[in-house]
Amino acid sequence: MELFGIWVAALLTLCIYSFLYQDNPFYRFAEHLFVGISVGYGIVLSIHQGLVPFALKPLWAALTGESLSGLIKLIPIGVGLLFFARLSPQHVWLIRYPIAILIGFGAGIAIPNVLRANIFEQTRGTIEPFAAMHAGTLSGFGVFEAILMVAGVVCTLTYFFFSVEHRGPVKWLSKVGIAFLMIGFGSAFGNTVMGRVALLIQRVDFLLSDWLNLIS
Amino acid sequence: MNRRIVFILVALAVIIPMLLPVSLPVSVSEPTQQLYDYIDALPAGSTIMLAFDYGPASLAELNPMARAVLRQCFDKDVRVIGFTLVADGTTLASTIMREVAEEKGAIDGEDYVFLGFRPGGTQVMLGMGSSISSVFETDYSGNTTTEIPMMEEITNYDEIALLIDLASGSTTEIWIIYTNVRYDLQIAAGVTGVIISQMYPYLQTGQLVGLIPGILGAAQYERLIDVPAKGMLWINIESFVHLLIVMLVIIGNIIFFTQRRREE
Repeated sequence: MELFGIWVAALLTLCIYSFLYQDNPFYRFAEHLFVGISVGYGIVLSIHQGLVPFALKPLWAALTGESLSGLIKLIPIGVGLLFFARLSPQHVWLIRYPIAILIGFGAGIAIPNVLRANIFEQTRGTIEPFAAMHAGTLSGFGVFEAILMVAGVVCTLTYFFFSVEHRGPVKWLSKVGIAFLMIGFGSAFGNTVMGRVALLIQRVDFLLSDWLNLIS
Repeated sequence: MNRRIVFILVALAVIIPMLLPVSLPVSVSEPTQQLYDYIDALPAGSTIMLAFDYGPASLAELNPMARAVLRQCFDKDVRVIGFTLVADGTTLASTIMREVAEEKGAIDGEDYVFLGFRPGGTQVMLGMGSSISSVFETDYSGNTTTEIPMMEEITNYDEIALLIDLASGSTTEIWIIYTNVRYDLQIAAGVTGVIISQMYPYLQTGQLVGLIPGILGAAQYERLIDVPAKGMLWINIESFVHLLIVMLVIIGNIIFFTQRRREE
């Protein structure tokens, strides 16, 4: 059975890589198979690991008299079912309620945490090295890093500040900001190349070792 | 130049070093060292969480680091709670945990537990802050979570020394936003190459205690635990491909400027 699995995986890998020559029915077959299986697997797993333990089991326990606390699940189930009101033009307005609850919960839980994680903490991280610099505990390279980071933040933010015309010093600051952005994009692109090449290496490793047994 | 020639050259740059293994030196970067040191300093019997937030499409980069981290944890007697927020990562995560546990003689339920998958993302993260067993009532094998020996003393994040998110998407940021900020849970990450750059601001502020950056990080971690595996092998091959890409960029630029000069 394992050998059969290896052959299926190897042939599907070759089908996918055949796209490098040109688009063809083998590639499209493998692509559609992948999408179909991924979606099907995800749905089945979501039912078994989500719907069954969190909704159906407690409800069944309540209906059989085992534990009446499961009846409270009727409220979220009812609200969730309102999403299907979309299917009826006459009752489509009902969908506003679950959406309102989702947005209300999402915004309420996200705003304070996002502000703290992505604004306050990042601002602290940008300023904090200067406290160490003032205390004399920062090395020479640390001082350079701290100044470079603040320069990068100020210049990049200036580039995205559109309420003032980019002329004179503002123009030069925003140009330096562009340079920082380009370095950031270059770093991201380089890491992406590394990631994509790793995917190729893993598949070639699979073909040569597991399928063809050319390497141990 | 026909792009298929580039594809053939890249394929050769992968296949030849794979058939004739060449061992290039790997130096350990600070973020990887930080995570290794953090786990190394944990007292025996501590518990960490390992979130396998990736699917088969990203296993090339993340499987080697998952294996390396698990090996270190089992060697150090650090207990591991594994789970995933990505549906198609379930079987993959279960297999890795079982294989490494068998290799290290770790016992299911005592040294590690795999809780499986739960849909909901943010709700799962927040729910475990109150009670892990309320979110995962059973583990992946169907055992009641509260009856699993290693889970008897674990209620929520208060008993968790570290959460490592192995991620191919934005889950690490969500873990930081909802669990580091709200529950003060210590977080580290192992991520694919695509999202490495996004993680560095969190590393600089200490919101991440360590970072394994892509396949390079996996190789570095294997070097730290002194168990060379796929990460070390693949990063060597990766170096040859990168060399080829740099050469192609240089050749492409020379051809471009030469042609432009001729046209002028």
